[in-house]
Amino acid sequence: MYPEYMEESLRKVVQTRAARLELARKSVPVYPPMNAEERRRVLEDFHPDYKPDALRPVRVGPNKGEKLTTEVADLLESHSWLRSEQVNLDKPDFETDLLIIGGGGAGCNAALIAMQQHGIRSLIATKLRMGDANTMMSQGGMQAAVSRTDSPTKHYLDAIGGGHFENKPELVKALTEDGPGVVKWLEDLGVVWDKEEDGSIQVLHGGGTSRKRMVSCRDYTGAMIMRTLMDEVRNHPDMITIKEFMPAVELIMDDEGRCAGAVLYSMDSEEFFTVKAKSTLIATGGYGRLHIRGFDTTNHYGATGDGLVMAYRAGAKLMYMDSVQYHPTGASFPEQIAGFLITEKIRGAGGQPLNKDGELFVFPREPRDIEASAIIRECVQNGGGIETPSGRLGVWLDSPLIDMLHGEGYVAHQFPAMYRQYIRYGIDINKLPMLIYPSLHYQNGGVEINERCETNIPGLYVAGEATGGLHGRNRLMGNSVLDYNVFGRRAGKSAGAYAKTVKLGKLSLAHLDNYEKELANSGVQTNLVAPILLPSYAPKDVRKRQLVRGGNVLPGASVVHNRLQEERSDA
Amino acid sequence: MTSVSAGIANSPTTSAADGGREAAERLITVYIMGKAYEVPAEATIMGAIEYAGHQIIRGAGCREGYCGACATLYRLPGDYKIRTGLACMTLVEDGMTLAQIPSVPAEKAIYDIEKLRPNVSAIQQMYPTVFRCVACGTCTKSCPQGLQVMDYVQAAKRGDIAAVMDLSFDCVVCGLCMLRCPAEITQPLMAILAKRLYGRYLRKDSPELAERVKAVEEGVYEAEYAELMAMGREALSERYYARDSE
Repeated sequence: MYPEYMEESLRKVVQTRAARLELARKSVPVYPPMNAEERRRVLEDFHPDYKPDALRPVRVGPNKGEKLTTEVADLLESHSWLRSEQVNLDKPDFETDLLIIGGGGAGCNAALIAMQQHGIRSLIATKLRMGDANTMMSQGGMQAAVSRTDSPTKHYLDAIGGGHFENKPELVKALTEDGPGVVKWLEDLGVVWDKEEDGSIQVLHGGGTSRKRMVSCRDYTGAMIMRTLMDEVRNHPDMITIKEFMPAVELIMDDEGRCAGAVLYSMDSEEFFTVKAKSTLIATGGYGRLHIRGFDTTNHYGATGDGLVMAYRAGAKLMYMDSVQYHPTGASFPEQIAGFLITEKIRGAGGQPLNKDGELFVFPREPRDIEASAIIRECVQNGGGIETPSGRLGVWLDSPLIDMLHGEGYVAHQFPAMYRQYIRYGIDINKLPMLIYPSLHYQNGGVEINERCETNIPGLYVAGEATGGLHGRNRLMGNSVLDYNVFGRRAGKSAGAYAKTVKLGKLSLAHLDNYEKELANSGVQTNLVAPILLPSYAPKDVRKRQLVRGGNVLPGASVVHNRLQEERSDA
Repeated sequence: MTSVSAGIANSPTTSAADGGREAAERLITVYIMGKAYEVPAEATIMGAIEYAGHQIIRGAGCREGYCGACATLYRLPGDYKIRTGLACMTLVEDGMTLAQIPSVPAEKAIYDIEKLRPNVSAIQQMYPTVFRCVACGTCTKSCPQGLQVMDYVQAAKRGDIAAVMDLSFDCVVCGLCMLRCPAEITQPLMAILAKRLYGRYLRKDSPELAERVKAVEEGVYEAEYAELMAMGREALSERYYARDSE
């Protein structure tokens, strides 16, 4: 239940609801959408990326001198777990055609397509369990131009406008033209899409969409897709080998500059294993667990940007690593679910963000960076936020409107996860609004790829959230679910074809030594060892007692000792 | 009073994790795998385990109730009942004694979905243990999602694939039902098969989806793509802000 002192504000929400419901039933926007100039201003004044210390130049590597998100620059200016002389590459522990790093949506799609189209064997190495990925958590839906009033080119224009016209056009074309095919591919694998009576696929609006384009599986969209893909992957044990709790910690190269596999680390035994692979796909997802600018995150436990740092040390170029996505609606109350994702489908279905006086202050479906910035502005400049008992701020997201708009039972059927999330704390979202604030959600940038998921390193492919370019500096809702499906499939196709032709040279980890030299030459001083693998949420006094073995974090340091936040606060 | 500065994170003023133990409001005792720890009274089980200083490796995934990694068994003082919950979603109580069950041994059937049909024989072939069900309802009682697990097991026995799909839609595959089931049924795995059978065979087809896929393959949109991709930023921006909305 909400604390007593919020009751007056909740009463105001009820008072304004009838008029807002009328407004929502009309065909005009409930609040004027921002024009280009208004968008620019709210971003510059309130988006966290625009704060003076949000960015800093990175001192090493392919993007040297470029301003990146400060925490990302810290991550890239870190030591490897390994030095080359520690690892014997003469007899790899495993050999495979295609090594897939990451067992989420992109990785599973790639394994299936490489097998189906090329007869290629894959090895999927993943940090936690298969499906422990942001894929599992996407709630509201996937964009795909499947309705009669829509077209892939309309989708293209929405995506590129939402990304402020900085998206790589060939990637956006690939995304939007493959969309309908992905809906069919997943349906044939057994994904149960929400449908209309006549069998057509149910579509809803998302932020920044000009057509209703959001296809969904209630509010378990990602869970449905992930479990279907994993189930299919596991139906082919002879072709797809799965190594769980075995994250990659470095890429292996050959003496001609091709990517040739990776070194895996066993989370249980702290052993390192070498994998020789004809082609390698990084499908490691994003970095929400770096808690950029101290934000809570919607991301899964393992989202620590591992792929970025591995690829960067090997020489891969990054793109748009100065841009972070904050989801407009993370939970702000109750404290136990702070930062949790409140799906954009709530707004797609008619939910409205309101200030403490129950008034609209922004068009509910602006692109995410605009919507998030407008919510921050309402809280910190206009004083329209409500403060929680623990000192967080939030604005209301009026969910009771949804059943009033669509009929009783709509929320129960379309938002079972959201309903369940809140009713545990005595809040019935059919009767009461949710209190929300932006939450760290998505890595807009990543390793630069082309439409075949190739990087500037032969043999190294990247797909999904780990890539940069597709979304420009702002991704629209539902385009990441489509992203990992489209580019996971494309990666399987192109990495599979490449694996059939390549002849690898002598394996090498010399790039690690070179990177270490570059760190020293650039005057970088850090104790950070990356990939970070897992965040630590132990209280500070516990962490003080967790002494590093032998006073040396290199090499083979346990994950307990790799903490970006600690490094930053000690610096 | 406001703690949030412009454009900065929405952090609480008193965070148990960052402020150390003294900042926590009220502590209670819980027994994690048998060992007593003092933890904040308002914590989730997962929060309590981490507050105790454990680095979870197994037993945490999405942390928001979707992935089923954090299945937990617990008892409360003076109560004989074994209770179940997801560690990320369940609040601690004083005297709670708990164990995480991050993995439940179970064998997934291997199948070619194209060779199965959405009927009772698919269930019989792939998950025959379903027919051992004694309708005791323990699975339903143990489901942290509050699903009618026994009802979908019964539906599976009748070959009612649509009902299995609908009743098991929100299953997070935490495995607690199959751990508690006296008939040793693997309910969540069977339910995944049923959902796939529904999506593959029992859905109503969308005529416009097939048409759209065909249109893309035939290159219907190529000319418009070429036009859009050739546009400069300004022209594109103009087109974008002038576009009509549904």
